[in-house]
Amino acid sequence: MTMNIFRQELKMHLRSVITWSVAVAALIFVYVSLFSSFAKDAELLNEMMANFPKELLTAFGLKGVDLSTVLGYFGFVFLFVQICLAIQAANYGFSLVSIEEREWTADFLLAKPVGRTQILTSKLLAALSGLAITDIVVWISSLAFITLFKGERTYEVNPLLLLLLSIVVFQLFFLTVGLVVSLLVKRIRSVTPYSMALGFGMYVLAVFGDMLGESTLEKVTPFKHFEPNYILQNGAWDLPLVLISISVIVISLVGSYVLYTRRDIPAVV
Amino acid sequence: MSVIEVNHLTKYYGKARGIIDVSFHVNEGENFGFIGPNGAGKTTTIRLLLSLIYPTSGSGTIFGKDCIKYGPELRQEIGYLPSEVFYYERMKVIELLKYSASFYNRDCTQRMHELAELMELELHRRIEDLSYGNRKKVGIVQGLLHQPKLLFLDEPTAGLDPLMQRKFFQLIREENQRGVTVFFSSHILGEVQRMCNRVGIIKEGRIIEIADIRTLQQNNYKKVRVAATDLDAAYFDIPGVTNLEHHNGTVRFFYKGDINAVMRKIGEITVSDVTIEEPTLEEIFMHYYE
Repeated sequence: MTMNIFRQELKMHLRSVITWSVAVAALIFVYVSLFSSFAKDAELLNEMMANFPKELLTAFGLKGVDLSTVLGYFGFVFLFVQICLAIQAANYGFSLVSIEEREWTADFLLAKPVGRTQILTSKLLAALSGLAITDIVVWISSLAFITLFKGERTYEVNPLLLLLLSIVVFQLFFLTVGLVVSLLVKRIRSVTPYSMALGFGMYVLAVFGDMLGESTLEKVTPFKHFEPNYILQNGAWDLPLVLISISVIVISLVGSYVLYTRRDIPAVV
Repeated sequence: MSVIEVNHLTKYYGKARGIIDVSFHVNEGENFGFIGPNGAGKTTTIRLLLSLIYPTSGSGTIFGKDCIKYGPELRQEIGYLPSEVFYYERMKVIELLKYSASFYNRDCTQRMHELAELMELELHRRIEDLSYGNRKKVGIVQGLLHQPKLLFLDEPTAGLDPLMQRKFFQLIREENQRGVTVFFSSHILGEVQRMCNRVGIIKEGRIIEIADIRTLQQNNYKKVRVAATDLDAAYFDIPGVTNLEHHNGTVRFFYKGDINAVMRKIGEITVSDVTIEEPTLEEIFMHYYE
């Protein structure tokens, strides 16, 4: 790693990191603050939900969830947090290298006396640091807002901590897959469609998997590997599925280094 | 000693031709011109030597070391000014230059300020607010601030006003006199003739000539146009004249040889207009194809 690239990259990420962190914290705040009113009418709510079509409940991850409990409710909220984190991480992954090629700054950087492995490592670590900042914000705001709004209710802390920690691997999945895909295609003109497609696509796969009872789909998507309700109800990660995520991360990382060190940097024609 | 040595370098982008079987060498302290029309493969050659792209076959060495294997180490001593300059838009000029300097294992601060002053570069403007010419100046400063021993200049004058061009050429000449080897790519024959000792001519991906600039100039055609009334084209049919044309009272031809012979011929008649000019690069190439 070279410190100057790392610092420069982190500086360029900073605004986006702050925006995402504030947005996710606000989302957690808004949802968690509604908990007490949800919980008050929990009976009514659960009854109403029983009448909803099963598919709708599945789509929102509400199947078999008791919204009147702290963790049941937070698991539902956390799905939205995951979607945000997925898109953020995918954004960083897709743009990590491609932004230099899109804005033609790659020639400047790569003509400097640094190897590509060093460049990629520095960029990856900067993106990871950005994601880590978001993680810390998510952790603090989750714990703080739950404490603030849970009222008299109690909950088990360990499952919650497991869920909160899981986002690190969850983000890595989207970061590295985004990166390797960006290196497989010739040129990425705009990052957003790609990261939206990857983030929402994986979410939709998880929903379809649930609705169709199709268990092969859940092997693909990290939304199933790190399903909030599963972690909260079982107080553990679904290890075989988590290992799939980790394998994908490792393969994507290795693939990215191989592809990047052999890549022809496109030039203006 | 050869600073650059290129052996049978070939690059295809998929099926598209980049360069084919290019071989040449550049000696230490030389100012080597690399000329050819757009799309001939000049930039491809430079980018291969900087390992921004990888060859399909063949190899290149810089300072005697393989340009891919020892790329990062070699680039400590290489300055590169690309034909199209692009930098991080949100940065200020000074930030970009300091970032650039931070890659080198020496203190570049003094040289950086000298160059910025020379090129009249405003250091506190944002890159996104700069005109093309000013961006080019940023490129010049960032390419030279670490006092490299080898310079790759890829069509460096595009976008610079004539005054800046002159300053730039002066700067490059000084660098060259200090022993810096210069690889000067351009499609403008005139500036290459002014700057370089030796040139390589590339066309459609292949080197078609490597020559001393003097030899090239001596072999060069002049383009002559004479306008006069009652002029017969055959009047100019002397040895060394080719492509003789007569059209609307104007005679055009190419001439190679002692220019005085033509001057005397022109002096003997009453003319209304005369131009004698350097052939365009395109026309020189035509000559190479004959």
